[in-house]
Amino acid sequence: METTQQTESKMIELKPFTDEMVVNMGPQHPSTHGVLRLELRLDGEVVREAIPHIGYLHRCFEKHSENLSYPQIIPFTDRMDYVAAMNQNWGFCLAVEKLMAADEKKDFAVPERAEYLRVLICELNRIASHLLSFGTYGMDLGAFTPFLYAFRDRERLLLLFEKVCGARLTYNYIRIGGVSEIIPMEPGSIDEQDFLDEIEGFLDYFEPKIDEYNDLLTSNSIFSERTMGVAVMSAEMALSYGATGPNLRGSGVDWDLRRDEPYSIYDRFDYEVPVAKDIPELGAVVGDCWSRYKVRMDEMRQSVCIVRQILAEGLPDGPVMADMKAVRPPKGEIYFRSEAPRGELGFYIVSDGTPKPVRVKGRSPCFSALSALQELSRGLMVADIIAIIGSIDIVMGEVDR
Amino acid sequence: MTPEEIYKNLSDKFGDSILGLDTELAGDASINITPSAIAEVCQYLSENGSLAFDSLMCLSGLDLGVKEEEFSVVYHLYAMQHRHSVVLKTSVPKTDPHLPTVAHIWKTADWHEREAYDLYGIVFEGHADLRRILLPDDWEGYPLRKDYKEPDFYRGMRVPY
Repeated sequence: METTQQTESKMIELKPFTDEMVVNMGPQHPSTHGVLRLELRLDGEVVREAIPHIGYLHRCFEKHSENLSYPQIIPFTDRMDYVAAMNQNWGFCLAVEKLMAADEKKDFAVPERAEYLRVLICELNRIASHLLSFGTYGMDLGAFTPFLYAFRDRERLLLLFEKVCGARLTYNYIRIGGVSEIIPMEPGSIDEQDFLDEIEGFLDYFEPKIDEYNDLLTSNSIFSERTMGVAVMSAEMALSYGATGPNLRGSGVDWDLRRDEPYSIYDRFDYEVPVAKDIPELGAVVGDCWSRYKVRMDEMRQSVCIVRQILAEGLPDGPVMADMKAVRPPKGEIYFRSEAPRGELGFYIVSDGTPKPVRVKGRSPCFSALSALQELSRGLMVADIIAIIGSIDIVMGEVDR
Repeated sequence: MTPEEIYKNLSDKFGDSILGLDTELAGDASINITPSAIAEVCQYLSENGSLAFDSLMCLSGLDLGVKEEEFSVVYHLYAMQHRHSVVLKTSVPKTDPHLPTVAHIWKTADWHEREAYDLYGIVFEGHADLRRILLPDDWEGYPLRKDYKEPDFYRGMRVPY
């Protein structure tokens, strides 16, 4: 009798697996950053497979675009990555402008003043976007305070954006050929000085706050435990999946489109590109969740650095819109990519010479980064899924388009 | 390498499968390739040391109009090491759009091919998990085709607004 019992208990020891359990995480889940649904196939608490189901926010803006003129498409790009809308506007406008510049018959150039305003506002937008990412990542992993800190400071940026374009969300500021001028701001006027002073005031306030964030969350031991060494994405894997931006730099690849394929006037500024490194004394490994997060934290400082250089130089005089009658790119096609806060934002535009495009495709950085989730999460714990989603920093509006 | 050099390199290697270099229109030049050879060409582009295209930036379906008889699939490739890019284009007949997958070469292609299948109905042979990605599984038709008519109702909900 005793022997059988022993054998039975031994059987249990040898086969500690439970039945596979399927859990639906999302689409309404606070940690999926929107409406992402994950089909989790679990073995106890271990994830065998996490299959992402997307499309809950699909509007098919690409189909809409085919029936709209180029300037009318810009508001659709706001709704892609709605926390960094200006960068999305800019990406689209850059692609159209590049195609228009390919027309030999027309002389087309964006005015200097507009270029400076674009970089200024898009770098501030990058800070706002990274602040949101930082705040919500902390909250995902159980730290509520950083969220309040981040939103307190992001609020100041939103007030600035509101002043510039009249909106607090889906900020729509950049136009094809320049920027919009909702508040008339004469070069050299008091309005302009007030605007620049306000930005400088924000930077002076914000820069020391980055250290505060780092004290709060980056070096927090609970946070480090949950993110360091978790879900390591190798450089090869990141490249193969098309992960870009902070996710790619978090995997140790020194690559930033602003520096390596400079567009607009980024080649005039001095700044560093933060790339993740192994930090053995802390336990951080290149490519883990913490590294991706840390790259974003360091990038905020670099954005501050770029904006400060613009403030030191002052905005150049001149118009804010290029002199052009209509937006009518020549027959042809273009793929143009720019460095949005979440990575490489590409637009593929096919034009047949009419005011409406034949095809617009948005290559969204989050779409590609999210496709790596299934492989990243295999064999980890359920709680790690939350850490991964937060670290690749997705915005579902952009994934689903 | 410039698109011309890459075109020459590919022509020497693959001969008739490379249909031509399209430089007439404004913007990017593209290399036309027969659909059946696309996987081999991509394999070569990613593995050859002097080309080394290690990232697929974008993969898009393309329908130029109702009168066209073919869909196109466009591949935008980039090599981080050599910092050069190339655009590949291939056309498949609308009546039977299918071509080999490149998802085993770049994993980016996995979801991008699913998207092209979802919105254009282009079938990528050899893709491990080819199903709709952005639209619901029971959606009828392929919205980005130029002759697409949206259904009046989807599961009792009115579609046109």
